Amino acid sequence: MAATPGRRVLVTGADTFWGGRMIQALEADPAMEVILGLGTKSPSVPFERAEFVRSDQAYSILNRIVTATQVDTILHTFLVVDSTLVPPRALHEINVIGTMNLLAAAGAAASPVRHVVVKSSTLVYGSSEKDPNTFSEDTPRSSPARTRVERSLIEAEGLVRDFAEDNPATLVTVLRFANVLGTDIRTSISKNLSRPVCPSILGFDPLVQFVEEDDVVRALEYVTRERIPGLFNTAGSGRLPWSEVASICGTKLLPLPPVGTRLAIAPLVRLGAFEFPPEMESLLRYGRGVDTSRLTEAGFEFGYSSAGAVQSFIRAVRLRRGAGRSPDSYTYEHDVEQFFRHSRSVVHSGDR
Amino acid sequence: MAPARREVATRSRPSTEIVPIRVTPEDQETPEDPRLSDVDEWGRSEHMRALARQLYEPIYSKWLRVEWEGLEKIPAEGGALLIANHAGAIPSDAPVIMHGIEKELGRPVYGMADYFFRTVPVVGTLWSRAGGVSAKPDNAYRLLHDQHQLTLVFPEGTKGPSKSFTDRYQLRRFGRGGFVEIAMRAGVPVIPIAVVGSEEAMPIVLRLPAVARALGVPYFPVTANLLVFGPLGIPVPFPAKFKLRVLDPVTFDVPPDQERYSKSRIMDEAEKIRGRLQETLYDMLRSRRSVWFG
Repeated sequence: MAATPGRRVLVTGADTFWGGRMIQALEADPAMEVILGLGTKSPSVPFERAEFVRSDQAYSILNRIVTATQVDTILHTFLVVDSTLVPPRALHEINVIGTMNLLAAAGAAASPVRHVVVKSSTLVYGSSEKDPNTFSEDTPRSSPARTRVERSLIEAEGLVRDFAEDNPATLVTVLRFANVLGTDIRTSISKNLSRPVCPSILGFDPLVQFVEEDDVVRALEYVTRERIPGLFNTAGSGRLPWSEVASICGTKLLPLPPVGTRLAIAPLVRLGAFEFPPEMESLLRYGRGVDTSRLTEAGFEFGYSSAGAVQSFIRAVRLRRGAGRSPDSYTYEHDVEQFFRHSRSVVHSGDR
Repeated sequence: MAPARREVATRSRPSTEIVPIRVTPEDQETPEDPRLSDVDEWGRSEHMRALARQLYEPIYSKWLRVEWEGLEKIPAEGGALLIANHAGAIPSDAPVIMHGIEKELGRPVYGMADYFFRTVPVVGTLWSRAGGVSAKPDNAYRLLHDQHQLTLVFPEGTKGPSKSFTDRYQLRRFGRGGFVEIAMRAGVPVIPIAVVGSEEAMPIVLRLPAVARALGVPYFPVTANLLVFGPLGIPVPFPAKFKLRVLDPVTFDVPPDQERYSKSRIMDEAEKIRGRLQETLYDMLRSRRSVWFG
């Protein structure tokens, strides 16, 4: 084993898709000695050696956990970037209050935390007609944020920036991810694209950029492992018109009127035919493109282009359609997990 | 303090779990390129351009009978910022310059215009597919510096096409000289192009600012074309003879990629270019015998 002591990592949102994926990825890395998952509900995927701690979403017990476990790295994956997933009030609680408490614990006196990694979104750039074609990390927004999710993410990033300023000894990494598509993730966009008809706005065919879910995991893992501080856009190379995304996915476009768009789709959203959060409307009008050269210059290699992410997504959809749904095979049982980790009766492969 | 690393024995899993959805990129056969169109990151499509060129060619060579002078001054490769005078309610100068250079030099031209275009359904999309880009300094820098493209910009902005026919060929203010600053930062030359014919192709008789405000458009003109051709006159220009003259490229001996450039130097250079362009326009008008035949 390496001479340097292993990393002790705390992952937020361990019960969510991203937290679960990150923990599974970190478990494969022997340099990650201790992995703690923090979540409000039971995890939905099995962990090999990570320990799960249940917490409320405001992380009131976090201070104690950080002190007791002496974690040196916090991986903050629990920022909600799809406003269809949680009620509006919870969005603020999770993104803003949650981040605030997390950073308060990480920045407490004699805190052992030396690296904070935050999974943010390119939603912070917004999407408007005044936008430049490509956003770099330093490009300011060109219009004020109008949706809740954008406002909460901007506020959360502001807290992270303040934290970085107040704690110069702690490395801070923020990755801003483009819209994610992939084999397993379900977002409002992927739900729309996997249906026979998907919404668009009449007369608009914006250029959109995607990142594949594996690249999301790999990017977060990369900056965590290599301890790379900074602010990075993370998206697959290239971008494609929304109409082309729809054709690749084999779905027909339903053109919504450019005026009164929300009014027109509201009944369909109510019926469950489409997902149409407010942040999707501006995206379907003006699209968004980001420059990822900073992350590639830091040594990260993307596995998928934007178009590749779309293809990876639709191939998985076709497989699911063809093969039927695989049954939910895992239920978290606290006692069982504790038994496997701590009982003297369990024979660990390292001990034999 | 640190506990020994442990491999927990593999838990038994229900035998019903048989469908591995996850396929790692390595053991997947390399899928074919998923792209279905040739739309680039600017929204430009070479297919659409080719179609637009095919449709525009008769207008270009038969209707407007475009003639170029000094086309060889436009470089065959490398970035350059093309600027021109801007006129006519729906200006014909942009498509004429883009079409002409693509036809003669075989290299794409990205035409910059007010972001207002993006907000108009259908028009905005077609404009983008045909090589239109919104006039943001970031966009110009990326096109010129990073991608070495020809980029066309009209420094007068909407003040050019919105002026009345009585002000024809009188250059408006060149913005705040932003085009000079971008050329300096990107380290590319500015190539001015004087266009004669655009003013007469679609002269503005009357402007209706109240209608423009109500519709949220930069200007709302009543054109002579509308009065002569009726509704057909909205898109159709008069067959004025188009003559274009490319001026000598202007280079600035300043290092590229500076944080700031002298504002007075920028304004001086912009004013100098404007003066030369205005002089060239007067010169071309002096030798023009007929609006329709040149």
